[in-house]
Amino acid sequence: MDISWDLLVNAVVAGLLLGGFYAAVTAGVSISFGMLDIVNIAHPAFIILGSYIAYFFNINFGIDPIVVSVIALPAFYALGALVYQVYYVAFEKRGQESLRGLAFFFGLLFVTEVALILVFGVDYRYVEAAYIGPSIHIGLIDLPLRMLVPCLVALTMFGALQLFVTRTFLGRAIMAVSQDQLALQLMAADPIRIKRIAFGLSIATASIAGALLIIIQPVEPSVGREYIGRVFAICVLGGLGSMPGTLIAAFLLGVVESLTSTFYGPSWAPAVAFGFLLLTLAFRPAGLMGR
Amino acid sequence: MNTAKFLTLATAVAILVFAATHWYGIDYLFFAGYTILQFVVLATAWNILGGYCGYVNFGSAAFFALGAYSSVFMHKIYPLPVPALMLVGAAVSGVVGFGMGYLTLRLRGSFFAIATLALAVVLQTLVVNWDFVGGSRGAYIIRPETIEIAGFQINYIEYLFALMLALAVIALTTARTIERSQLGFGFATIRDDEMAAEASGVPTLRLKLIATTLSGAFMGMAGAPFPYYIGYLQPASAFGLEYAVNSIAMPMIGGTTSWIGPLVGSLLLGTAQQYATAYISLGTGVNVLIVGVLLIVFVIIAPNGIVGLVQERLRARRRP
Amino acid sequence: MTALLHVDNIGKRFGGFVALDGIELEVQPGERLGLIGPNGSGKSTLVNCICGTLQNETGKVHFNGSVIDGLAAHQRTHRGLARSFQLPRPFHSMTLADNLRIPLLYTVHARKGPLRSAGDLDARCHELLDMFGLAQKAKQMPRDLTQVEMRKLELARAMAAEPKLLIADESMAGLSHSEIEDILTLLVRLNERGITIILIEHIMSAVMSFSQRLAVLVSGRKVADGKPKDVVRDPEVVRAYLGQ
Repeated sequence: MDISWDLLVNAVVAGLLLGGFYAAVTAGVSISFGMLDIVNIAHPAFIILGSYIAYFFNINFGIDPIVVSVIALPAFYALGALVYQVYYVAFEKRGQESLRGLAFFFGLLFVTEVALILVFGVDYRYVEAAYIGPSIHIGLIDLPLRMLVPCLVALTMFGALQLFVTRTFLGRAIMAVSQDQLALQLMAADPIRIKRIAFGLSIATASIAGALLIIIQPVEPSVGREYIGRVFAICVLGGLGSMPGTLIAAFLLGVVESLTSTFYGPSWAPAVAFGFLLLTLAFRPAGLMGR
Repeated sequence: MNTAKFLTLATAVAILVFAATHWYGIDYLFFAGYTILQFVVLATAWNILGGYCGYVNFGSAAFFALGAYSSVFMHKIYPLPVPALMLVGAAVSGVVGFGMGYLTLRLRGSFFAIATLALAVVLQTLVVNWDFVGGSRGAYIIRPETIEIAGFQINYIEYLFALMLALAVIALTTARTIERSQLGFGFATIRDDEMAAEASGVPTLRLKLIATTLSGAFMGMAGAPFPYYIGYLQPASAFGLEYAVNSIAMPMIGGTTSWIGPLVGSLLLGTAQQYATAYISLGTGVNVLIVGVLLIVFVIIAPNGIVGLVQERLRARRRP
Repeated sequence: MTALLHVDNIGKRFGGFVALDGIELEVQPGERLGLIGPNGSGKSTLVNCICGTLQNETGKVHFNGSVIDGLAAHQRTHRGLARSFQLPRPFHSMTLADNLRIPLLYTVHARKGPLRSAGDLDARCHELLDMFGLAQKAKQMPRDLTQVEMRKLELARAMAAEPKLLIADESMAGLSHSEIEDILTLLVRLNERGITIILIEHIMSAVMSFSQRLAVLVSGRKVADGKPKDVVRDPEVVRAYLGQ
């Protein structure tokens, strides 16, 4: 079979760049699902919300989308803390997380998507920035800046989170609450407050992930649903709660999707994540680096 | 009241409803009625797995659409009468439900829920890429004006309405029978505490697979006549948002612990949405937004749904 | 006499953490075995591996002559292995009587033998509730029970499965002296009917008076196994409880 090496190499590189972005998208769920055991399926909706906020300020005020997302961080953090508080009072306290908690997040996902449709319509939206368009060329390899910049920002954010979780007291408290809530209480730290902070952080990452998303591709409200499969596939494949695992899984998924897209057509891409998810659940449910 | 009596009673009610709508003779009633009955079936089917066992299925649209697309597929190969298509839809969706259950039910409940979400996306991708059933362009199925049954010419839409009535009766009777049987008893233990259920000897995986298969099969049956009802089937309508949210909102708002809940929820919400669309010209978007908001509100403040609220009222009144 | 339960060198890890390391244990039919060990020593993991909630990675579990690894928990219950949970896990949407009816329907009825009628079932439910002193509350819900009553319900439900071997996992934590006596008497009476019992407890007085044999688990390893009065004087046991 005569594979064009040019095409292959570029597909792999594009996949790696995409994977970096996927890692940022998944970082939030790695915290909420991997560490706090909260199945926040509405996470992609928050990401899309972030995309639209970046879009709005970019189109109307000309501000760079990534800058918008950083400014929006406190708002998203507060939103996350609020959502967790409602979730805790309504469900976690009553021990009803499974059915009703899931329905709650599904409701959030749904309402966000429909609200965005009503406000912005179903047309695809784009942002404009200096780095959308040009590419760097290194030999065979094309590095479109519109993918390189998000990838770098994503990895930076991911690295910052990893440092936070391993080096700061708060970060390690979050790791602790995921493993032994009682021990944390004995250390005189309030587990509920810790979880609220963690969930707030998780949603804050969605602000940045959203801006990166709309830089990489045009966005419309239902795009969020494609990411649910991807995000949970990466989380499960990487091993719940393991950030390094999440990174590796994200790159893996990115590359496989990119290769599928290049050689079989882009409309098959959403199915790849699901295939990953099913295979992982069937053969190695603990993931690559699971606890 | 045992099953046979309930079935007779339900059939009698169904015949009355059909006779009344037939007497009114307005086509719109049949169209609206069909949609509402469709939701009765979907809500009841969802509840078998969601309410009785506690396993949430976010992909009801997927099972519904599978039924619809099996009909399209069969229509192109070998047209069958609609009741037969419903059996085909049941088989296809039932098998997929079983398969997905087998892969994911051995793990945590949340994995099943996530897998069902992803399933909807994947199936939609598959359908969009499959030209034989119309792909993204959609498929046309010409609906005949009338159909001949036992020598009588019946309006085709009335015929579909009658079929959906029959399916609703079967679904409700099945749900009620399960609820009162040993099977339903076992389902309840899975919902209450799966680990304790296993320790007590309940074969939880087997029961969960039964629930997933039954639930999927009924959803497929509800979907099978849909292409004939709507005439032009597009992936966006088969996998539409209304099916996803309504299948969950209706049982959860109605009440998940018994067969009455999904019936109440679907009749109330279904009728309200039909009314809103027809008389207030509320677009599908706002309609469905309201349902979503109601879902969130009910899930937080009235976890046992309308039926639960009524039960509490009755209990409070009984105590002096 | 072949052992009823033979835990044959089983091991279990959670990631890098070794929860069980080559545990070797035998329980004879009709025996009263006590199992003690500090928190985190692996007692619950051991119970979970025996009962099928978890699968051991190495070694085998033999019950009643056959290997039961790979069998699901409900299958092990069908074969006569029952356990109560450390934190009671009642079916909260059902009455007490219905809680007991579940193991009767799904375990006792599932075993081959003469089929029982609904009347038999009800009678058996009542008999059990009576034995555990819960007959008055048959129609009540688990949330209306006191701590002791919840523990008793746990044991009653395990007994409803008509086991050959019952594992009672810390049924007495936090109970008063007379409540502990209550439960101990029940367990002894069950044992007199021929049921083999493994009692896992922290309350030394209860363990000492109940057990015919005592095994001690420390950090995933069995460090002692013998007559109670010998085991409590074993220096390694003393070190595990007092030295750390």
